[in-house]
Amino acid sequence: MSEAAMMETVDAVEIDYMELDNIIEKDFGQNKENLIMILQAIQRQYNYLPRPALSYLATKIGIPMSQIYGVATFYSTFSLEPRGRNIISICLGTACHVRGGNRVNDKLEELLKIGDGQTTEDKRFTLESVRCIGCCSLGPVVKINEDMHGRIGSDEVEKVLEQYE
Amino acid sequence: MKIQSLEDLKKISQTYEKQIYAPEGIKVNIGMASCGIAAGAQAALNKALENYKDNPGVEICQTGCIGFCEQEPLVEIMATDKPRVLYQNITEDKIIDAIEGYMAGDFSKNKKWILGQLKDPRSLLDDDLENPLNGVEPIEDIPFMEDIPFYSTQVKIAMRNCGYIDPDCIEEYFAKKGYIAFLQALKNNKAAEIIDTVKASGLRGRGGGGFPAGIKWATCAKHHGDRYIICNADEGDPGAYMDRSILEGDPHSVIEGMLIAALGIGSKQGYIYVRNEYPLAVKRLVTAIKQAEAYGLLGENIAGSDFSFKITISTGAGAFVCGESTALMSSLEGKVGRPRAKYVHTVEKGFRDSPTNLNNVETYANVPAILLKGADWYTGMGTEHSKGTKVFSLVGKINNTGLVEVPMGISLRDIIFDIGGGIPKKKDFKAIQTGGPSGGCIPEQFLDLPVDFDELAKVGSIMGSGGMIVMDQDTCMVDLARYFVDFLKDESCGQCNPCREGLKQMLDILTDICDGKGKEGDIELLEEIGAMVQKFSLCGLGTSAPNPVLTSILYFRNEYEAHIRDKKCAAGVCKPLFHYEIDADTCTGCTLCAKKCPQNVITGEKKKPHVIDQGNCIKCGICYESCKFDAIKIC
Repeated sequence: MSEAAMMETVDAVEIDYMELDNIIEKDFGQNKENLIMILQAIQRQYNYLPRPALSYLATKIGIPMSQIYGVATFYSTFSLEPRGRNIISICLGTACHVRGGNRVNDKLEELLKIGDGQTTEDKRFTLESVRCIGCCSLGPVVKINEDMHGRIGSDEVEKVLEQYE
Repeated sequence: MKIQSLEDLKKISQTYEKQIYAPEGIKVNIGMASCGIAAGAQAALNKALENYKDNPGVEICQTGCIGFCEQEPLVEIMATDKPRVLYQNITEDKIIDAIEGYMAGDFSKNKKWILGQLKDPRSLLDDDLENPLNGVEPIEDIPFMEDIPFYSTQVKIAMRNCGYIDPDCIEEYFAKKGYIAFLQALKNNKAAEIIDTVKASGLRGRGGGGFPAGIKWATCAKHHGDRYIICNADEGDPGAYMDRSILEGDPHSVIEGMLIAALGIGSKQGYIYVRNEYPLAVKRLVTAIKQAEAYGLLGENIAGSDFSFKITISTGAGAFVCGESTALMSSLEGKVGRPRAKYVHTVEKGFRDSPTNLNNVETYANVPAILLKGADWYTGMGTEHSKGTKVFSLVGKINNTGLVEVPMGISLRDIIFDIGGGIPKKKDFKAIQTGGPSGGCIPEQFLDLPVDFDELAKVGSIMGSGGMIVMDQDTCMVDLARYFVDFLKDESCGQCNPCREGLKQMLDILTDICDGKGKEGDIELLEEIGAMVQKFSLCGLGTSAPNPVLTSILYFRNEYEAHIRDKKCAAGVCKPLFHYEIDADTCTGCTLCAKKCPQNVITGEKKKPHVIDQGNCIKCGICYESCKFDAIKIC
């Protein structure tokens, strides 16, 4: 994501700095070594990593913003853009791959008109591919929020999506 | 209560032994690992709890992975006067019927739900107990679990308690001889003896490398500084989920293994680095650590001794490369997970530049059993250089998907055809991929190979963490190689050229081949780049990354050639290289394909052969999958 695009999302969300302090100080002892888990906690709070929260975190634990940006872009769970109300994780692990996970993925991309890592315009869905959630016996698997949809066929995708607002 | 001695532990165990083996009334164990829950176990559990909330004679409990994932949700029902029965596919709508049928002693009505009955529920560590099922009359016409091919060759050590105990209940782990090995070792207070036993057992690291655990422990113990014990639970190999199952089904076996390692090596602090994608494993670990702390088995002055040990959980954030030990340690320090060259080993300078011992989940889970039963017992299983058992996850195109723990040295054929029940829909076996994305594809001619660390290496593959992905005639080997390289290119940390650039070039060539743009010389070029990446990459991810490509070229060169020269993909995977045709002689005109076709390009009259309009077909494969008469052919 470009610097300009990052700036655009600045006022997308209001940051509760007291809550942020709680996460950084209370839960993780303001410790640099806990950076990844702090970022996970921030993402749980806002559904993505808002830039102002990251700037605040940088000064708070004394790590340059560049390093935080490095970590946030290195690990695949982190998102610097706001994500949709429903997160679709399509498993593209080997077991799902050989059982036709790609066809399900193609269908999802076709229906939602978005690609991997993107969010629909109405913010209803974000599509993310993951490599193996360990439910190989149920492959191909699609996880939407916390619900697991196993042994899903590409012709069943549309019906499943209807359940989510 | 803080446990001070073995006697304290035994007192608690005795009460819970009864709960595990001889419950009063009826006990129902529902397999509540992630995959069980995904298949509907949570709903079944809730339903049963609600239904029997006023009936103290029926106890509804959760347990971990029972192993036979294909038939989830799995439910085991037991009483003292009847055999223990394992039921399969017990969803919300069936659970009450199953329990009522068991209570009434009526097994004929629900016979098709029954997987089998147990002869002996004891684990390998429980042989001093009397078999609680002695004297119980077996049920007629129901097979014994011990005779069912899926279970008969299995020997459970690492997974000894999975599916038998409630993972959220430390006392049930006590009752399964838990923490005895540790407390005995603590009282003897001879660190060197612990390490010698692990060395003598020949236990090799189960995470992939297969380095002898005892030697690692001994080397780490020699270096001075604050030593750390790390458990690698960043199980990233797609298709491998044994570590998740152990953590979800028996977290204390891992904690006890780490405690023993800490005692042997001399460490005060341990870390468990778990994948973020495994929320249930994290939750059960947190509970387990709290319980162990409450009993004084973790923390300061454990069991009244001067030994102290703490365990902290750290979650990963979705980076495959963090399964590599140096990358994992860097990630634990809150940094980007990039591996470093290992000219200085992590046992000398690892986490925080201190001596660090890192093993994976399955390795630690084996340790308490080895200490309790002795190294000789452990070396009695397995092959010359690979002792004990290994857990494999059998997935892909296989009838009995599941987790199996078998002695090392068993043949691939036995695993696939006896335990795994062969290939679904009577299709032909093509290859088995072992060792995750860095492993190799093994063709049929090597199926009688005994599975151990060294034999798999001889045919160009690796043991890895134990994922086994079975492939049939519908799997395209070129596409699969491209899949793995695509995965590894994404997961490459990008700091060394051979891996970052080499994999990208290999991916481009493979994508061209799959798109029908392959050229003469591509295969040789892939071999050349592959050899370079293998030789010059910095870490294990890079040096093993070309394995799937090189082994598939070695054993399936003809498929590559068919893609490049004839522009054909016989498996029907690479879309530009095949089309579907309906065989007029086999088609019965049932109209199913025409109804299912999302493009509406299949036409034909009822009971007459149908035709596909090739121009508008998108090759989605729905007709091919749904045809009941195999009338749709890949051409």
